[in-house]
Amino acid sequence: MPAPRMYKTEAVVLRQRRLGEADRILVIYTPSLGKMDVKARGVRKMTSRMSGHLQPLTRCMLQLAQGHVSDVVAGCETLESFQPLRDDLDRLSRALYAAELIDRFSPERAQSFPTYRLLLDTLRRLASTDEPDMVLRFFEMRLVDQCGFRPELEVCSGCGSRLEPEQNRFAPLSGGAVCQSCIPGLTGTRVLSLNALKVLRLLQRESYNDVARVRIDGALADEVERHLRSYIVSVLERDLNAASFIERLRREGARRAVEV
Amino acid sequence: MNESTPATAAPLARLIDELHKLPGIGPKSAQRLAYYLLRMPTAEAQSLASAIVEVKERITFCAICQNVTEVDPCGICTDGQRDRTIVCVVEEPLDIMAIERTHSYRGLHHVLHGAISPIDGIGPEDLKIAELLHRLRSGEVKEIILATNPNLEGEATAMYLTRLLRPLGVRITRLARGLPVGGDLEYADDVTLARALEGRQEMEG
Repeated sequence: MPAPRMYKTEAVVLRQRRLGEADRILVIYTPSLGKMDVKARGVRKMTSRMSGHLQPLTRCMLQLAQGHVSDVVAGCETLESFQPLRDDLDRLSRALYAAELIDRFSPERAQSFPTYRLLLDTLRRLASTDEPDMVLRFFEMRLVDQCGFRPELEVCSGCGSRLEPEQNRFAPLSGGAVCQSCIPGLTGTRVLSLNALKVLRLLQRESYNDVARVRIDGALADEVERHLRSYIVSVLERDLNAASFIERLRREGARRAVEV
Repeated sequence: MNESTPATAAPLARLIDELHKLPGIGPKSAQRLAYYLLRMPTAEAQSLASAIVEVKERITFCAICQNVTEVDPCGICTDGQRDRTIVCVVEEPLDIMAIERTHSYRGLHHVLHGAISPIDGIGPEDLKIAELLHRLRSGEVKEIILATNPNLEGEATAMYLTRLLRPLGVRITRLARGLPVGGDLEYADDVTLARALEGRQEMEG
């Protein structure tokens, strides 16, 4: 049976780019079709009835018409606009980071219900939490897991022996933590403190509700973030644009705090 | 690109290639335009060519507002009739034209030449923000109108600028967001409608 010419799907808009006079190409993430590019005609015009529903980080119901190259948005309606994300630059930058990660990790049209669920949960958590960074760490750990890149944190990823409760190292290129005896000969490793290893294991094993109850200090949070970031960058083999913007906001925030 | 036309004369193929580089021009449009130019009277074609060269040679950016201009500083920045205490910040030079068309703004402008888009790697350092800060140092400017586009990138830029400019003590305003003239309420999205409700105004008369 041929695929229907028109179909409906729920989606989250990840990003958009301009096309021609007044159109946009949207990168959307859907529960049943995964990531895909769709064309939205005329949405850059002020009178467009669709543009407000198709902003990045909006969960919407789309009516799509099959096109030659990419499918075309024929109708849309907002299901969830995540308004708090749009009113606060710190939340917004983190939500965009999550959208960028989903975009980079997902192949075109590869169905993944768990990843869609994770994206929605993350956007909702970012919209409501006061600890956006912990939400992101949980998101990063779950996403690499779902995409088949679960980092090894139980045993040494070099020799397979049990990790001793001491200072080990994190080796992104080896796929996780490494023990003292495997360190020589490895490049790009970083010191992995015992506490950071515990937090990483917590992120990997426990539910979000358990993770959200844990409070960690700034230095430990930085260490965990560095390890996860270096792991993601080594898997993707590229830097993340939104991450550098988050860094910049933090730097400028700290500078303002000092001036005040 | 032009791989299927080995029979095309080299100068024509080159013209097609050059036109194809323009935004929104696909291979077929490029071919159509090239053949149209070929059939055009020589004088018209030369006029087009010289207009392109002239615009590249004579147009620069205004050192004050960053708008495109033939004379630096531009006409708006040197106009003594304008209110020099208000600066309207826009993303692109075309936005200035849109605001000028309203005939209801008599202040100055500032063009950022883009909007912050973290996911595309466009950060504050890629925009003319340092130039804006430099303008504010004189203390003459009392109000900044953030007129970036009402989309995600424009809002991110407006929020970023607000954080940056707030400590300077200038009044910061944002263009009202709401329903477009000629629109239908039933098609409005939640965000726009919520903003329109927030910004509702007393009816007069």
